[in-house]
Amino acid sequence: MVNYIWVGMIVIGIVYALFNGTMDLVNAAIFQGAKNAVTIAFGLISVLVFWLGLMRIAEKAGLLEALGKLCRPVVKKIFPEVPPDHPAMGYILSNTMANMFGLGNAATPLGIKAMEELKKLNDGKDTASRSMITFLAVNTSSITLIPTTVIAVRITYGSANPADIVMPTLMATIISAIGALLIDRYFYHKRKRKGGA
Amino acid sequence: MEWISILSLWLIPLIIAFILIYGTFKKVQTYEAFVEGGKEGIEISFSIIPFLVGMLTAITIFRASGALDFTLDLIKPALSLIGVPSDIVPLAFIRPISGTAALGLTTDLISSNGPDSYIGRLAAVMQGSTDTTLYILTVYFGAVGIRKMGDALKVGLLADLIGVIASIVVVSLLFP
Repeated sequence: MVNYIWVGMIVIGIVYALFNGTMDLVNAAIFQGAKNAVTIAFGLISVLVFWLGLMRIAEKAGLLEALGKLCRPVVKKIFPEVPPDHPAMGYILSNTMANMFGLGNAATPLGIKAMEELKKLNDGKDTASRSMITFLAVNTSSITLIPTTVIAVRITYGSANPADIVMPTLMATIISAIGALLIDRYFYHKRKRKGGA
Repeated sequence: MEWISILSLWLIPLIIAFILIYGTFKKVQTYEAFVEGGKEGIEISFSIIPFLVGMLTAITIFRASGALDFTLDLIKPALSLIGVPSDIVPLAFIRPISGTAALGLTTDLISSNGPDSYIGRLAAVMQGSTDTTLYILTVYFGAVGIRKMGDALKVGLLADLIGVIASIVVVSLLFP
């Protein structure tokens, strides 16, 4: 499906530019897009090095394990295939918490580490496992406790009560998180019926 | 209100201090462990470059050609029939694709409609309750070399759709 979306965006863009007379913009976009990607990747180096360094300390000190134990009852139900004591659990939980508090750039390294551990659990295969798909569902529908960025924007534009969107955002993210888990379960059972994993 | 800005300012430094103090207390070789974990960060950053270049180039082409705006204009009328305000449609569609573009749109909607207007609030809630699924998928799977994504994309995009619908319903109910 990713293949189709990827090819689709490029081909439709180019064909549309043919009729729309925007081929010059497409030409610029090709190099701009590639350049931006590398800029983002380099920007990530600082964040990844810092947080993965820090998380290694947290891991060695047993903090991730403690976090895993604390949330075991809930997480066991959401990720039935991940052993409760596995390091993946600690990373999944710390990623989720970073997302909850809107610590976007701390959340990414933790998410990548979680994926890495989940891949180990899946014997290093290059196919997404059930737990990986669930983790992505949880991550992209992340429950947001405090949407810091949005509040900052509202302050900038002189809102009477910039934080009055905290409740509605929380409600909307809880609904979407529950929805994401249900969809994830539905697709899992559909795959299982077809005979896959 | 006050406590939120204090919290967002203090949270990260306090987490860092806590991890370092706890690590020291547990006799972890803190500096060595930091360097060791950090090295891994460099490898990951480089390994995601091809994934990001592929995805971002495609998105940029699709947007620059005008095809994205064209698609949005096509579906706006259909969506307004079921009660989706047409101003919010571009945001709902760009949110899963590009985080910076979405934040730009949200800022624009808030500044042009006012932060306390229906659209302004809706944009804020939508921004907070959805995520850049395509980017997360690219970075997370790219970093660990997952090439066959299975149902991940479908699940992620459907979750965003639920987030969009939930935002509209919640904001309509709470701020009529």
